[in-house]
Amino acid sequence: MEILGSIFIDPFVDMVAAPDFLLQVLWEGLVSGVLYALIALGFVLIFRSSRIFNFAQGIMVVFAALTLVGLHAAGLPAWVAFIATLGVMFLLAVGIERVVLRPLVNQPDIILFMATIGITLFLVGGGEIIFGGENKVMISDELGIPDGSLEFNPWDGFLLIEARDVTVVFGAVVMVAALLAFLNYSRMGRAIRALGDDHQAALSVGISLTTIWVLVWFLAGIIALMTGIAWGSRAGVSFALEIIALKALPVLMLGGLESITGAIVGGIAIGLLEKLFEIYWGQPLLGGSTEAWFAYVLALVVLLFRPQGLFGEKIIERV
Amino acid sequence: MLYRTTGQFKTSYRTDQALFPIRQDAFLLTIILIFAWAILPFTASEFAFQTLLIPVLIYALAATGLNILTGYAGQLSLGTGAFMGVGAYACYKLITIFPEMNLLIAVLLSGVFSAGVGVLFGLPSLRIKGFYLAIATLAAQFFLVWLFEKWPWLYNYNASGAIQVPNVDIFGVAIAGPLATSQAQYYFVLGVVTLLTVITINLTRGSLGRSWKAVRDMDIAAELIGINLLKAKLMAFAVSSYIVGVAGALFVFLWRGAAEPNLFDIELSFRVLFIAIIGGLGSILGNYLGAILIVALPVILNTVPELVGLEIKSATVEHINVMIVGALIIFFLIVEPHGLARLWQLIREKLIIWPFPH
Repeated sequence: MEILGSIFIDPFVDMVAAPDFLLQVLWEGLVSGVLYALIALGFVLIFRSSRIFNFAQGIMVVFAALTLVGLHAAGLPAWVAFIATLGVMFLLAVGIERVVLRPLVNQPDIILFMATIGITLFLVGGGEIIFGGENKVMISDELGIPDGSLEFNPWDGFLLIEARDVTVVFGAVVMVAALLAFLNYSRMGRAIRALGDDHQAALSVGISLTTIWVLVWFLAGIIALMTGIAWGSRAGVSFALEIIALKALPVLMLGGLESITGAIVGGIAIGLLEKLFEIYWGQPLLGGSTEAWFAYVLALVVLLFRPQGLFGEKIIERV
Repeated sequence: MLYRTTGQFKTSYRTDQALFPIRQDAFLLTIILIFAWAILPFTASEFAFQTLLIPVLIYALAATGLNILTGYAGQLSLGTGAFMGVGAYACYKLITIFPEMNLLIAVLLSGVFSAGVGVLFGLPSLRIKGFYLAIATLAAQFFLVWLFEKWPWLYNYNASGAIQVPNVDIFGVAIAGPLATSQAQYYFVLGVVTLLTVITINLTRGSLGRSWKAVRDMDIAAELIGINLLKAKLMAFAVSSYIVGVAGALFVFLWRGAAEPNLFDIELSFRVLFIAIIGGLGSILGNYLGAILIVALPVILNTVPELVGLEIKSATVEHINVMIVGALIIFFLIVEPHGLARLWQLIREKLIIWPFPH
């Protein structure tokens, strides 16, 4: 009985007893959830248009952030470095399409998945050689990201919100809105969606596969750069960021591989729930650091009930 | 010329379906086995045993296990490292609880534990398919590594949190632990690997193997022709995790000598997956070719700069290695997506009809 009580009753008692702390936990969860969602968004874009499960999205985040910091350290002003990094991400997209994807068109999914792991290793090695492995500070001040924090006192308690976290959440909302507008209203965006629906039909109306692939990888690169700035300003830029990218996998599975809504909802849900579980159940009962696996187990449980994820396309199988 | 098949007539279906339909294949395998059993153990140096021979065999065994699941039964797995960990920790517990137990029995038994865990995490495969299934094995990967760290009973409550292999001998010969010689370790590993490989080859040729292939190609169609999906998929998970678990026990007991939980993290899973894919999915030979490539490559890359006389810092060499491995993976996938085993198949076909191209 005591065990049941500590699982089902005590955590909720704690939550009600200290609502300000609960709010703080929820806010932290929301911010990391937004960042998971951003990484997942890069995956979804590429998966929709080419059925490639892009494992390299995580390292693209690291690589973009490192390039930005490295260029700034080389003497470029912050905004010039930002634009130059966008250029580098574009070249990377062109290179990946030319060297890796074009020869592998029409191969089974797992082969393309492996190829993106190859890209990951290549970028890890290259990044370490060019920029070095040590932790770097993101140039958030130079880019105009505000510093400092806001304090609130709800229910006579105490709630601390970092100004840059607010910027991150706000920036993510703006970026997602811009992306959705691009996909829904621009010519290129519609072409991307057409390619996602049916490759052959899209080709037959004159949509160029190679152009769209470069575009999609470039968009994923832009998202990677934004994620890199956001995450880097919180925790510094290092290759440890790559681990966080693996978190995007359960986010994707939870939301459904094809769905942009799914990536956002899944990311925020996983960010919130894993924080809550860690604070109220993981640390008192299981010895902590449950964040390492909670997201995966959650996604697994959801998939058992909805095999295509929450917002994924229904899987129809024919013989 | 060397591979001429003239005169080798098959007069019954049994001979046509034999393990070695062409005499030269059997001959070639005999030569390789003689090398592995009789020549290499006496000529190889300590360095070669520890950096090449033993790891190649262990990685090849792990990749064989993964290949059953991914290559034959078509279920993508990203949790191989954790299942190797289950085997290693099971073997450690068996040896420390029953110090009198023969190591061979302990190693073979430890696979049973990982098979059990594998079936448990394989259950979702009946409902979840394709890339979505990867999440089930990823959940296993992260949850199990976390468990290795947080459950002190597994590492006998020692302060370091790592498992240390004790001295174990079989019939007076030291096999595992600091006292063992590389030669004895090599023979032990070779014996286990040979045994399991022979069993695997015959499993994949038999009715179970055929049902796995049917499930891989299309599981609904397989179900319609009367294959029991539940049995086929769970057997694939059980057999695969068993072999992977044994490979994990060998990995720690006969090669590394000690293990921390993060030894079994996702990088190990990916390394085994590379071996299986570069070697060739759905082939047993491929696992060995892939393991040789992945294990030997860093060794070669480390020695090349010295031979040429270049002075490069070891950290830089490390990073260049990572880059080259990444580039090679892409290169091999582009050149031959079906892996090195397929490459050998093409060469063999060319040799059979040589010198005439058609």
